[in-house]
Amino acid sequence: MFIPCYVDLVYPEVGVSVVRVLRRLGVEVTYPEGQTCCGQPAFNSGFFEEARTVARHFLDVFESEECDYVVCPSGSCATMASHYYPLVFEGLAGERARSEALGARVREFSDFLVNVLGVRELGARHAGKAVFHCGCHQRRELGVLEEPRELLRDVEGLDLLEWRNEELCCGFGGTFSVKMPDVSTAMADEKIRALEESGADTLISGDSSCLMHLEGRLQRTGPATRVYHLAQILDTEDGEVV
Amino acid sequence: METGKPARSRDTLDRRHEGIESKVEGFNDRARRALEDEFLHESVARFTKKSVASRQAALERLPEAPELRETAYRIKQETMANLDRYLEQLAGAVEERGGKVFFASDGEEVVNYVGELARRRGSKVVTKSKSMATEEIELNRRLEESYGELGLEIIETDLGEWIAQLAGDHPSHIVAPIVHMNRHQIADVLSGVAGEALPPNVEDLLQFARKRLREKFLAADIGITGVNFGVAETGTICTVTNEGNGRLVSSVPPVHVAVMGIEKVIPKLEDLSVFTRILGRSSTGQDLSVYTNLVTGPRQEGELDGPEEFHLILMDNGRSDLLGTEFEEALYCIRCGACLNVCPVYRQTGGHAYGSTYSGPIGAVITPLLKGNEEAKDLPHASSLCGACTEACPVGIPLHELLLKLRNRQVDEGLAGKGQSVAFKGFENTMKSPALYKISGKVGRMAQKPLVKDGKIGRKLPGPLAGWTGTRDLPALAKKPFRELWREGI
Repeated sequence: MFIPCYVDLVYPEVGVSVVRVLRRLGVEVTYPEGQTCCGQPAFNSGFFEEARTVARHFLDVFESEECDYVVCPSGSCATMASHYYPLVFEGLAGERARSEALGARVREFSDFLVNVLGVRELGARHAGKAVFHCGCHQRRELGVLEEPRELLRDVEGLDLLEWRNEELCCGFGGTFSVKMPDVSTAMADEKIRALEESGADTLISGDSSCLMHLEGRLQRTGPATRVYHLAQILDTEDGEVV
Repeated sequence: METGKPARSRDTLDRRHEGIESKVEGFNDRARRALEDEFLHESVARFTKKSVASRQAALERLPEAPELRETAYRIKQETMANLDRYLEQLAGAVEERGGKVFFASDGEEVVNYVGELARRRGSKVVTKSKSMATEEIELNRRLEESYGELGLEIIETDLGEWIAQLAGDHPSHIVAPIVHMNRHQIADVLSGVAGEALPPNVEDLLQFARKRLREKFLAADIGITGVNFGVAETGTICTVTNEGNGRLVSSVPPVHVAVMGIEKVIPKLEDLSVFTRILGRSSTGQDLSVYTNLVTGPRQEGELDGPEEFHLILMDNGRSDLLGTEFEEALYCIRCGACLNVCPVYRQTGGHAYGSTYSGPIGAVITPLLKGNEEAKDLPHASSLCGACTEACPVGIPLHELLLKLRNRQVDEGLAGKGQSVAFKGFENTMKSPALYKISGKVGRMAQKPLVKDGKIGRKLPGPLAGWTGTRDLPALAKKPFRELWREGI
């Protein structure tokens, strides 16, 4: 299991839910404690050399773990490790090959549940009217668009709504949110307007980074909305997020 | 929007001098101005949304679109690998038909060629159809400045371009130049030309423009067009328009000058069928644009129309520097504007925020490539890297990856700034060491204490987090990170 740095530090409850859901499905979960970050912040900012060092560390940690898959509750970080490492290691044949081999085993959480384990129904229950925000990496690089929705449709009591322009980016974009704060915020506002129009009271995503952005803006200006990672919804006990 | 609001009250600056020839910085300031302009914001959102929907519908009517995309990419790739050969072939074919060909290494050479041509012909009136290549080199302004003594009257004849020209403005979209203006603003601009107040009524404004432009079409001594595709095999220039002005510019005046970026060459006539099928659909959602003009040289003996002289200017202006580099794919662009329409950043800001001739994702890529990183430092960062542009590009340019590589080039060239460089060095050192990572978490949890209330930082902080906390709350670091919970047992 790869728990991205910001999930580790800011949203540990998401990691806990991932473990609980996977165990319930009979998956043997290990957590290599040497793991840190996938290196994406540096990579996205153009600091490829710095990203390479971090990616190398990632390869070392996960290659030495005996596991069939590396499951990650973030479409974005899973994309970094599965799709962008070959670019990070461009021109370095050995490491590029290593990253491709490991990358093939890296799976985003819902992708792993649906496409590897063949799970649809988890017996989760949660009352609410929800919209699902698919992170851009998950949508476009991974193409894991329907899997989280399929899982959510089977959650008892959860009304999964459509919302306007759901394919639009939330405006996070890593350092983009800090470098171009006005545009980034305007992008979040557009999502929030669509959320309001949909009548949803709950926002769910497979990426806590998008949620951090949208929730941060919702807390300043938006309507009261419950914000959860997909794993938390699938891990509900007696209808409650734990 | 209030009725009758003067067109230029929003921004009375003459923006003509802010084109690609000027330093492009301050994206944030421009973006902020755009965001505050409610009309612009709504109008751009409405237009882009409509374009995205029409494009989607048009592509659904074209089941072979994915294969066409691959074919288009391959044609472009092969063309760039042999660009010199295809350009020679094109030039030879044009000359064989009696046309003249001029290779211009930069904008100045284009300006001088056209200026000297106008001098030799004793021209007074020059009509132009829409051309991003001539926008890129600011041909109009530079002709007026460098050849002022000729007293040239240069008229843009694409309706949007003409209005932008009259307003002293720049196009803000590759395909829809005045998407940022409303009919009241347009009425105001055209009233200035009419010498009387025109009603802000689309039909009346169109009729006025039509009448006025017709006079210019007939009076023109030289017609300047851009080129969508130049066919090497036959020496045919293809221009695609929706208003028919392209035809009036290329066939009525005695002289036709076509200004073409060298990357617009395609090997064969049959390749046109690939590109015309994707251009209209990607651009405006039309199966085919209204006018697809094929011009092969000047009027031939026995022909009834066409110009006496035909000049093809093949303009490099920095393009050949990209050949064989990791940025070569930027040259595959067919200027359809699809990446602008799907871009969530463009959607918020419109085109002027980019401060360059080319806006949106493709503008953020080619502006620094053609002008140099230092001139357009902000642009590669004006993207959340969501990848919508790459997904939409009908020729398969990996736009968001090129933006990433441009960011990397800035770092390599030492343009990223000391603060960032130090920060990412720190990031690298922390993330390669689990022990240091753990300690940093601890330090962060201690340091945040005075700032956190109800599990979050709810006010604007100074320093590096100002950008975030100015408009958004920041969640606090959890009391215990996941790794501790794992150790304790889940």
